[in-house]
Amino acid sequence: MRRRIARRYAAERRFRWLGLGAIVLSAAFLFFLIITMVMQGAAGFLETRVQLPIDFRAAELNVTPEQLRGDRGDLALAGAGLEGVVDAAAGAAFPTAGGAELLSDGAWLRVRNAVKANPALLRQQVVIDVPVNSDVDMAFKRAGTPAAERIVSAMGDRLSSGLNHDFFGGADSSDPTRVGIWGALKGSLLTMLVTLLIAFPVGVLSALYLEEYAPRNRWTDLIEVSINNLAAVPSIIFGLLGLAVFLNTFGLPRSAPIVGGLTLALMTMPVIVIAGRNAIKAVPPSIRDAALGVGASPVQVVFHHVLPLALPGILTGTIIGMARALGETAPLLMIGMRAFIAAPPEGLTDPATVLPVQIFLWSDEVARGFVEKTSAAIIVLLVFLLAMNGLAIYLRNRFETRW
Amino acid sequence: MSHKINAHNVNVFYGEKQAIRNVSIDVDQEDVTAFIGPSGCGKSTFLRTLNRMNDTVASARVEGDIRLDGEDIYSKDMDVVQLRARVGMVFQKPNPFPKSIYENVAYGPRIHGLASGKAELDTIVEQSLTRAGLWSEVKDRLSDSGTALSGGQQQRLCIARAIAVDPEVILMDEPCSALDPIATARIEELIHDLRGRYAIVIVTHNMQQAARVSQKTAFFHLGELVEYGDTNDIFTNPREQRTTDYITGRYG
Repeated sequence: MRRRIARRYAAERRFRWLGLGAIVLSAAFLFFLIITMVMQGAAGFLETRVQLPIDFRAAELNVTPEQLRGDRGDLALAGAGLEGVVDAAAGAAFPTAGGAELLSDGAWLRVRNAVKANPALLRQQVVIDVPVNSDVDMAFKRAGTPAAERIVSAMGDRLSSGLNHDFFGGADSSDPTRVGIWGALKGSLLTMLVTLLIAFPVGVLSALYLEEYAPRNRWTDLIEVSINNLAAVPSIIFGLLGLAVFLNTFGLPRSAPIVGGLTLALMTMPVIVIAGRNAIKAVPPSIRDAALGVGASPVQVVFHHVLPLALPGILTGTIIGMARALGETAPLLMIGMRAFIAAPPEGLTDPATVLPVQIFLWSDEVARGFVEKTSAAIIVLLVFLLAMNGLAIYLRNRFETRW
Repeated sequence: MSHKINAHNVNVFYGEKQAIRNVSIDVDQEDVTAFIGPSGCGKSTFLRTLNRMNDTVASARVEGDIRLDGEDIYSKDMDVVQLRARVGMVFQKPNPFPKSIYENVAYGPRIHGLASGKAELDTIVEQSLTRAGLWSEVKDRLSDSGTALSGGQQQRLCIARAIAVDPEVILMDEPCSALDPIATARIEELIHDLRGRYAIVIVTHNMQQAARVSQKTAFFHLGELVEYGDTNDIFTNPREQRTTDYITGRYG
């Protein structure tokens, strides 16, 4: 008897340790993932700048401060030959470090912005911080080639580090110092918008019809099995479907967020239908009886009682489906969203890419600078995902307190 | 003499299984009518045919003739939503909506357009809660959730909700089976007070309750109506042996 009790206690203890061990192990993996991402990715948000002295008084610029103040200022600046002036200034300032080669291809844009903000600069001798090229940037972040390392040590304290604002405003580029995440982020936002607008109403209405109206027979059984199987279909197949239907049959534009959104909506809908049906099933039948008993019509029962009570569950399912769609890469490759897109999309039919595809593309690049950009993009994607899940938890709690 | 409800030769089937056999019964406006019988005898099923709640069960099929004020409630012309507004229902388990007390009562009048303004709706809510004997207990917390009330209060709230749409008949399906004796006594008092204003049909498995609240009693057994008559006669001088056995506790 006593031995049996001791064995039972031992089994309890063993089980508890196993459970704790599993939690610790998974937490450790998660911690490791987050730490590596942040360590590698944090540098991706930074750029290395060099102090570039420019004497505009000596430069041969065919533009005056007065011209810049008018409506045609941008045009005047564009034709001013600023790029040449910057290159010349770099050549004079860093003769041993490669001259203009030292700077990022986008360096002159910083000078342009500075001049645009303050045209009076054109009459002065100034020092402007401009980004350096990728090799030197990497060397400054202690991950560069020996040649670039020598340049960094020779430059000394003329190099500095700062937040790369352009990363949050630009799109893809072949030069790692000029890439931006905004293009992909906006593409993701537009794609998710289309997905939500299609998948949510269609999914919820399907779930409501199947639960509240559809008779139970062989046809509804068939539909139920199909929906459950659809949720498990590999996503690449949805990509092929999108390619065949939306691009080839309907002739929608390639690489566009609207096609990506429609394809992902096909993929997300079964998830929403399944989550919605479970949430609707969980509404107690007594509430339906109560509403019918006071003379509510079936539609009133659904929209006044069942849907509001099922909404927290439906929303949670929807956001889980959307989060999965947000991280989806394969189907979007099939419909051409893996193209090189150098400008953020302006609308639903513009060529665009999305965050996970952008990560995939950057991870494929050979230039060293793309390693940290890839990690930085992953951080942006994870923050986006966390924000979505946070929203799901908030909505759930908010609607549940009414119960 | 005309009755409020005339049911004639009613048969109810669930799929192949027959739940009600040839039941004919008349319910009067000024009476409380009790249905008694052992579990599974069909008394609740029959009650639910009176406002067509069985329509929600896909396999259920009703045959026979049921008339409310002479109108066939199973005819094509009868609008089932309208019927349920005329024949209200209170269920076995208190089932208030997970909304405020006020909204619980106001819901029915609102969907039927019985009130033309906020003030009128307030009046209906107050009147219904007063008739259900709940007003003095909840008048200061009408915006609290209906599910926060005690079981007995919830059941009275459900009665108030049924009253609010001004029905002609109220069906009660074992309204006290989930309540303690004190709450049960309150509901029985309430049934007394409501008698006359509404025709009341109550299903109960508690014979003492049937004896206390009703004027007419119907005894069901295995889907058949065994005996129907004045409550006094049923309990003191039953005609059928099966009724005698049931009320003396031989089975049930």
